[in-house]
Amino acid sequence: MTRLANAFPADRAALVCFVTAGDPDAASTPAILDALVEGGADVIELGMPFTDPMADGPAIQAANLRSLAAGTKTADILQIATGFRSRHPDVPLVLMGYANPMTRRGPEWFADAAAAAGVDGVICVDIPVEEDASLGPALRAKGIAPIRLATPTTDAARLPAVLDGAGGFLYYVSVAGITGKQQAVQASIEEAVARLKASTDLPIAVGFGVRTPEQAAAIARVADGVVVGSAIVDIVAQHGANSSGPVRDYIRSLSSAIATARQTTNA
Amino acid sequence: MTNAAPQPNSYRNQPDAQGHFGQFGGRYVAETLMPLVLDLEKHYRAAQADPAFQAQFDDLLEHYVGRPSPLYYAERLTEELRKDAPAGKGAQIWFKRDELNHTGAHKINNCIGQILLAMRMGKTRIIAETGAGQHGVATATVCARFGLPCVIYMGATDVARQQPNVFRMKLLGAEVIPVTSGAATLKDAMNEGLRDWVANVHDTFYIIGTAAGPHPYPELVRDFQSVIGKEARAQMLSRINRLPDLLVAAIGGGSNALGLFHPFLDDDVKMLGVEAAGYGLDGNEHAASLLGGFPGILHGNKTYLLQDEDGQITEGHSISAGLDYPGIGPEHAWLKDMGRVEYTAITDDEALDGFQLLCRTEGIIPALEPAHAIAAVAKIARDMDRDQIILANLCGRGDKDIFTVAEKLGVEM
Repeated sequence: MTRLANAFPADRAALVCFVTAGDPDAASTPAILDALVEGGADVIELGMPFTDPMADGPAIQAANLRSLAAGTKTADILQIATGFRSRHPDVPLVLMGYANPMTRRGPEWFADAAAAAGVDGVICVDIPVEEDASLGPALRAKGIAPIRLATPTTDAARLPAVLDGAGGFLYYVSVAGITGKQQAVQASIEEAVARLKASTDLPIAVGFGVRTPEQAAAIARVADGVVVGSAIVDIVAQHGANSSGPVRDYIRSLSSAIATARQTTNA
Repeated sequence: MTNAAPQPNSYRNQPDAQGHFGQFGGRYVAETLMPLVLDLEKHYRAAQADPAFQAQFDDLLEHYVGRPSPLYYAERLTEELRKDAPAGKGAQIWFKRDELNHTGAHKINNCIGQILLAMRMGKTRIIAETGAGQHGVATATVCARFGLPCVIYMGATDVARQQPNVFRMKLLGAEVIPVTSGAATLKDAMNEGLRDWVANVHDTFYIIGTAAGPHPYPELVRDFQSVIGKEARAQMLSRINRLPDLLVAAIGGGSNALGLFHPFLDDDVKMLGVEAAGYGLDGNEHAASLLGGFPGILHGNKTYLLQDEDGQITEGHSISAGLDYPGIGPEHAWLKDMGRVEYTAITDDEALDGFQLLCRTEGIIPALEPAHAIAAVAKIARDMDRDQIILANLCGRGDKDIFTVAEKLGVEM
């Protein structure tokens, strides 16, 4: 949890990067994660592949299926996390995925295994606050942050419930839709972030459809974090086991745009 | 004749306020959908309390769907099964004839209810998923009836093997979108339906086809389908002044079975749900979530699922595309764990035998889904006394299946 708290500096937005574990295979993932860190990622979201990723667009759906076709198991993902933690003791690592693979052996089993692997937070797409008992208590007992999602449909009346028991950061899904499709208009993001910030001290990270350094910089001016996923997954889809170089270059382009984003505004 | 209000220890007072049937059910959806699901529940509660809603539903069921459906004593089937039964054995077999509904299956009952709810909520666009195409046809039908645009997601594999139903949906004005992800069957169509819904929350209503998905869908689909059991209960009492000893129904997601069973849950009536055993429960090629699966979370609810040790969903198999789904409605999962309903499974080959048996003895061509129920009835009737009564739900007619059956029987068409 401390690692997550330290990942959002006061003077610039954090870069939160998602890749699917085991895409194109489990052996390739560690080098891709290292490339994310080298490129300037502040938080790593490691996607747990699922046969039925119903909140994801075509890019991440395909990544899930590539990973599973390569034989990626839950044990492999935990091993990837363990290796990442030993190489990068200070970079926060978040597991992101769907309820069924996370709870298959029971929430306590998953929380224990994730904690042992050095995982700092968990984003479960299909466990809303109403079903928090399915996973949240087990995570909190192990000091793992249950990271919640807020969306354009999360109204003011609902927001306090969403924040109750949340940890790490608040992930603002800027578009009502699936991952990787379109980007929200900047004005709506600014308004939403202001609204969320009024309700919580958690850092606000904004994602869905972020692709270019310009888009990342625009969000970085108003939010505490910028989440990029499908664009990275697209690079992995193209370069496969040789993705490290292109991923590092791409992340570097985002992190440098984010680093100067607020100065540009002030100038 | 209506049932008395459920008692505190009733089997008919599920789910709880959070949509849980014991440990099952719930609302496992992305945050974007959560406000919608809560809104749907609010509107459903208002509709339940509105006599005008119920009156419109009843009126459409009577004059558009053709309800009540007949209750039929299958005399020749009963006699046929008595031939090799022990002395004094061979129960009477009755059918609830929901295959005579408009569009040929029970699916339309639910679609009428949900489209009335959609219009009540001011939604202007309808989406649905379909496997065999029966729910897609029923949804396209009600959309044509009420003039709402309709998009049906259907696995590309199912589109290829269910061409007549694809054409029916198009004739009715629906847009049929083939889904190529995964195995390109029902579960993938449901994923795509959820993806559409999450991107079009402002104007779109998702008509789910079975008693599954996030709360309140399992409850409201069950309620709309309960017309089957309410009618059957009243018809039985009026015809022979007694209730049946055993109810039998096929189960994919489980809406026709719940529709029949639910009004009888507090009666002294046994119940048997029949899952699809495909090539047999000993292998992986079946669709029996309750008998061959484990509790898990998919498509908005916690229920029994076909899955591996990592929680990855495995592909079901059944000769019946309507039963070929790796999950089951959460109320069935609860009824199984409570021991109130017994569940069994019937293989593809047994279902084919049941299909032909009903054709020959009663002049009724059933769908492959209720053919599973018929096969189970054939097994069990000979062990029951002659004065006992089995009531099975004939939930769909077999026109859609004649090509599949012909192929299995080695007949060129």
